[in-house]
Amino acid sequence: MAKAATKLNAPAKKPKVKAITVAMTGNAGCALAMKQINPDVVAAYPITPQTTIVEEFATYVANGAVDTEYVNVESEHSAMSACIGASAAGARVMTTTSSQGLALMWEELSIASAMRLPIVMHNVNRALSGPINIHCDHSDSMGARDMGWVQMFGETAQEAYDNTIIAIRVAEHEKVLLPVMIMHDGFITSHAIDRFDVLEDDVVKKFVGEYEPKQALLNIDDPKTFGPFAMPAYYFEQRRQLREALDGAKDIVLKVSKEYGKLTGRSYGLFEEYRLDDAHIAIVVMGSTAGTAKYVVDQARAKGIKVGLLKLRLFRPFPAAEIAEALSHLKAVAVMDRADSIGALGGPVYMEVKAALYNSKKRPHVQGYVYGLGGRDTGPDQIETVIDDLKKIARGTEAPREQVTFLGVKG
Amino acid sequence: MEVTIGVGNLTEIRWHARGGQGAVTAAKLLAETALSQGQYFQAFPEYGPERMGAPILAFTRISNDPIHIRSSITNPDIVVVLDPTLLNTIDVTVGMGDDGVLIINTDEEPAAVRKAMKLKGRKVYTVNATSIARETIGRPIPNTPMMGALVKVTGIMPLKSVTDYVRKSFGKKFAAEIIEGNVKAVERAYAEVKSE
Repeated sequence: MAKAATKLNAPAKKPKVKAITVAMTGNAGCALAMKQINPDVVAAYPITPQTTIVEEFATYVANGAVDTEYVNVESEHSAMSACIGASAAGARVMTTTSSQGLALMWEELSIASAMRLPIVMHNVNRALSGPINIHCDHSDSMGARDMGWVQMFGETAQEAYDNTIIAIRVAEHEKVLLPVMIMHDGFITSHAIDRFDVLEDDVVKKFVGEYEPKQALLNIDDPKTFGPFAMPAYYFEQRRQLREALDGAKDIVLKVSKEYGKLTGRSYGLFEEYRLDDAHIAIVVMGSTAGTAKYVVDQARAKGIKVGLLKLRLFRPFPAAEIAEALSHLKAVAVMDRADSIGALGGPVYMEVKAALYNSKKRPHVQGYVYGLGGRDTGPDQIETVIDDLKKIARGTEAPREQVTFLGVKG
Repeated sequence: MEVTIGVGNLTEIRWHARGGQGAVTAAKLLAETALSQGQYFQAFPEYGPERMGAPILAFTRISNDPIHIRSSITNPDIVVVLDPTLLNTIDVTVGMGDDGVLIINTDEEPAAVRKAMKLKGRKVYTVNATSIARETIGRPIPNTPMMGALVKVTGIMPLKSVTDYVRKSFGKKFAAEIIEGNVKAVERAYAEVKSE
C-alpha cells in the first residue's frame, strides 16, 4: 500500500507533463477542471458561494468548449435526481452545490451511493441556515457524512482543482463505484484569486479516460433492475456491501493520487503531515485553516516549540488506523472542527480522531475545538491559543478539557 | 522614496474604496501582475452587502515564496484609499503598525491629510488619481492610477511590469485608446505621487 501521508516539506517531484501557472479563483479552477473532464451530463442549480462554478461551466457549454448536456433544473432536489437518472443510464455526471442546496439534495444522496453511481460533486463549504449566512463552515458537508459518499477536503485552489480530476477516477474505479463529494472553503478558497498550476486539456482527458460503465440502464442487450425494493431479507446485505465499497475507496484514493502525483509532481495522501515527525504536540484540521495553521506552526517552531500539523484530506472513508499511527508519538493533539455536532461530544473530526486513538497502546491526549462557524475569521492568534493549551496539557500542568472549546466566539 | 515593507517578504495590502471604483479589479490586476513577475499572491474582496457607492474592502498578499496563511488581513503593511470621502467616515488605519504606509487618492498634500486625520507615525503618500483618471481615461475610475502610485511607493514590482500587464490583459477587452489611457494613468500616478 502507498504511504498514507504526504509531507509538504518533502522535495517536489519533477512533473512529467507541462504545468500552466494561472491566477484564478478556486471556483474558476474547478470549472476549468470540469471543462477538461468534459462530463456527459451536468445538472446543477446555482447557490452562493458555488455559483461561479456553474456560471463558468455554463459559459463553456454555451461556447461549445464541451459536449456536456447541461440540464437547467428548478432546485437541487431536481439536480441530484437528474444526476442519478443520467448516471444510472451510463453517463459521466458532475454537479456542484453548497449549504442549503446540499440539504435539499438530502434524500437523493443516499440513493446515489446505494445505487453505486459514480457522480462527482463539488460542495463549496458554506454554513447551514439559520441564521441565514453565506460564508464558510463545514456544517453542510458534515450533515452528509453518513450518506455513503467519498468526501475529500482541499486546503487551496490547487487542491480543489487537483481533487476534481482525481475524484473522477476514484468514483469510477470498479472497486469503488461510489459518488464523490469534493470540498473547498466558501469565499476563502472559492473566491480568492490564487496562484496555482493547471494541466493541459489533453493531459486531463487522457488521465480521466473514456467512461465505460459496467452496468448501464440504457444497455438494452444486458437489461438490469436499478434501484429495486429491498425488504429485510436483502436490505442489510446491500448496506454491508456499501460499507465495504466505501472502506475500500481508501486504497483507490491513494492509488489514483499516486498516479496523479507521478504525472504532475503534486502528491497527495489520505492526509498531509507538516513538521509532525519530531513534534511533541500537533493540530489536526481540514480545509483552508490548515494553511494558516502551517504559518503559525512555522512561527512557533522558530521559537523552539515542537509543534506539527496533520491536515486531513480524506474524511470519508475515515483513515482511522493511519491517523492513530501518525499521531501515536505525540503528547497532546488539538482537533479543530469548522462544524459543531450539536449535542455530541464535540465536532465530527474530533470525535473520529478520539475514537481512532482509543484502542491504541500509545496515544496522545486529545482536546477538541470548534472554530470559524459562519465564516468567523480564524487568524493566527486563535491558533496560538490552541498551541498554548497543548503545551500545558503536554507538560501535565492542565488536564484536557471535557467540553469542546469554541475559538473566537464572543461573550 | 521606496519604503521597506512586510514581515520577511510577505506584503499585505488593504484596499478601501466605494463599490464601483474598481478596488476589486485593482486587487486582481495586482495579483495577475505579480504572477507575470513569478511572485506568489492572494487577492480577495470582503464579501458583504456590497452596493454601488457603499464602502468596500479588498485585500492583496504578495510574496516571493508560497503563501500559506488564509485568514483575513488584520494588520496591513499598506493601506490604499481610493476615495478620500472615506477618511471622514471610517478609520482606514485600523490594525496598521507604526511603520505602515497609507496611499490616498486626494488632491491634498500628505501633510494636510496627516493633520486632518490627526495621524501619528506611519507614512502618508497622496496622489490625485481621480483627476489623473479623468484626464487620461476620460472617466473618474481611480483604480489603475493607484496601481502606479502603489508600485512607486513600495517597489514591490517595476513600473514596466504593470504597464506591460495592463496592455496585455486589457488588450482582449478594450479599444486601443482606453488601454493607452490606462497605461498613461499608471505612469502619471507613478510620477506624481507625493511623499511627506
